[in-house]
Amino acid sequence: MPDILQHQVASPTTPGSKHFAPFEATAAIEKAARERIKQYPKDRQRSAVLPLLHIVQHEFGFISPEAIEWVASMLEIEPIKVEEVVTFYPGLRQSAPGKFHIRVCRTLSCAMGGSYELMESLCKAADIDQSKMDPHHHPVVVSPCGTWSVEFAECLASCGTAPVCLVNDDFHEGVAPESAPDLLNQYK
Amino acid sequence: MAKVTYLEDKEPHPRERRLIFKNVDRKGWNPSLKKYLSDGGYKELKAALKMEPGAVTEEVKKSGLRGRGGAGFPTGVKWGFIPPKNEKPVYLISNADESEPGTFKDRYILHQDPHQMLEGMAISCYAVGAHLAYVYIREEFPEAARIVEEAIAEARKNGFLGKNIQGSGFDLEIYVHRGAGAYICGEETGLIESLEGKRPYPRIKPPYFPAAMGLYMCPTIVNNVETLCHVKHVIAMGGEKYAAIGTPRNTGTRILCVSGDVRKPGYYEIEVGKMTMGELLNDVCGGPRKGRKFKAVIPGGSSAKIMRCHDSYKIKQGDKETEMTFYDLPLDFDTIAQAGSMAGSGGVIVMDDSRKMSWVLNNINQFYAHESCGQCTPCREGSTWMRKITDRLVAGTATPADLETLESVAYQIDGRTICAFGEACAWPVESMIAMFRDELLAETSEKNADLPSNPEEEAQRRYLQEA
Ligand SMILES: Cc1cc2nc3c(=O)[nH]c(=O)nc-3n(C[C@H](O)[C@H](O)[C@H](O)COP(=O)(O)O)c2cc1C
Ligand code: SF4
Ligand code: FES
Repeated sequence: MPDILQHQVASPTTPGSKHFAPFEATAAIEKAARERIKQYPKDRQRSAVLPLLHIVQHEFGFISPEAIEWVASMLEIEPIKVEEVVTFYPGLRQSAPGKFHIRVCRTLSCAMGGSYELMESLCKAADIDQSKMDPHHHPVVVSPCGTWSVEFAECLASCGTAPVCLVNDDFHEGVAPESAPDLLNQYK
Repeated sequence: MAKVTYLEDKEPHPRERRLIFKNVDRKGWNPSLKKYLSDGGYKELKAALKMEPGAVTEEVKKSGLRGRGGAGFPTGVKWGFIPPKNEKPVYLISNADESEPGTFKDRYILHQDPHQMLEGMAISCYAVGAHLAYVYIREEFPEAARIVEEAIAEARKNGFLGKNIQGSGFDLEIYVHRGAGAYICGEETGLIESLEGKRPYPRIKPPYFPAAMGLYMCPTIVNNVETLCHVKHVIAMGGEKYAAIGTPRNTGTRILCVSGDVRKPGYYEIEVGKMTMGELLNDVCGGPRKGRKFKAVIPGGSSAKIMRCHDSYKIKQGDKETEMTFYDLPLDFDTIAQAGSMAGSGGVIVMDDSRKMSWVLNNINQFYAHESCGQCTPCREGSTWMRKITDRLVAGTATPADLETLESVAYQIDGRTICAFGEACAWPVESMIAMFRDELLAETSEKNADLPSNPEEEAQRRYLQEA
């Protein structure tokens, strides 16, 4: 791990880590990254920082210090400029989530529709200790088996079908709290 | 796995007028270019490319189209702010960040009718002279990003994007740029910073009006997805005919997203100002849930001021002033503003008499405390402070003085920040206290002042002991 980043990064190891390969700058992601960089005007490659971070997170589950170094070198900017982006956005993670990451909408319409109850029953079904969840900063909590992780998200723009959640990239609307086990059964 | 929901059997309500949402949930519809072309797609782009760019802007000005992203600013006027002697490249951005709580319309356009937005974007780019445009899609819309990227590729392959579009000599590339879960990226200058690869800290206006100094310090037009779709219909009808829809100064149609305590929540496209609040809530949305009464409504996304359903309002129409009940208010930009709130992004959140306002306000405060970008002290500290007070209110440990503090914090944010997020987080608190002071006060107690400590201090002490 590059020295300058080491002290700033929380331990990335979680029960979910076993589902993700360690970061590696493969030919495939390098190609994908170059495609993205081309979408911005010449000398504006810094704009591609989010797209590149998305490639990394999609492939490796989270953004490790090595990945930050790689993104910085692809964009020819200092690693700190990548890290300041990583640490700002709630959608970017610095430790491994579960194999299936569930984001439950917490905001008003969903809360009225029962999203807090949904979160509770999801945690129960996935054997997650909900007391580990910080109600104000939405950290990811991973189940002991590493299959699941949960997180509260802010309004997912489907308030009319509350409560809603995202499981990895799949959107689920009108999820009744008691159907949490069924939801998990669709994955695994 | 079901990725995109179609409600094919859901007929639009007879009171709706569908322009933008014509294809949403339409039987047999899909987001492919083939379908779009079979329905007369890209005809308006071809027509626009035969006009002078200035004439396209002129039509948009004549149409009276106002932005659907929140502020309701006239679109043609905004386009006109690009400096006339500009020699830098011009950019256009479609704001598909849709993260204002209560708003859920843009996602349906992206999922089910991406070409409509692309056509609207292409026409707008031609009008303002942009050759590079981005669709800024929030990260929580992975499927939408894929669908729009596919649509762009298809449009490009068929000569509706790319070089020399339809032989007109006009070049345009559109790319998707995905956010990463921050509400502040919806604010146009925050969005621009994010697109530049930085933290999305909003820029101060003046001087950083995007139309003059936007992306890479070049003139940049940021418009909401729905606004850009309307441009296509303005060209189809001509500005004057478009302006005949709706009411004067509040033209066209708009999509209202109704959520919360109504029987039939959902999206409804109406002529602006041609439907009243009562018609929307009682006729279109089926009224309150069984045995319940409507209590309060947030009419334009969670940042809008809350309104009580039993109030009446003095509304000026032309020279005469009329007294109207809440249910008689026509749904347009100006009336809702006169009634003390805003039509904002069209997200109507309804609460019935089963809801405690302290709980509602606490939920809203949690949102803003989480989403403040942290640049300005009043907003960063104030939003968290407000959240902590309503945490206590909900927990039953607040004192009456807490309510005064809450109110004074809100008024110290409002108007003292870089971006409009300051107002967005202060208004819910200000209006809630103004409208429901007694209800909130009833949840406080003088005796709480004598509590040994509050839960936060408790948690802090525990933390220090463990550390
Ligand atoms: C805190 C904040 C959040 C915003 N979020 C959004 C959003 O999610 N989508 C959007 O279209 N506009 C949003 N806006 C409004 C934009 O800043 C901008 O006014 C709008 O995109 C302009 O488009 P329009 O003229 O078509 O409405 C937001 C504004 C603020 C202050
Ligand atoms: S008002 Fe709030 S969100 Fe806007 S720039 Fe200031 S701190 Fe950031
Ligand atoms: S409040 Fe949950 S999707 Fe909007």
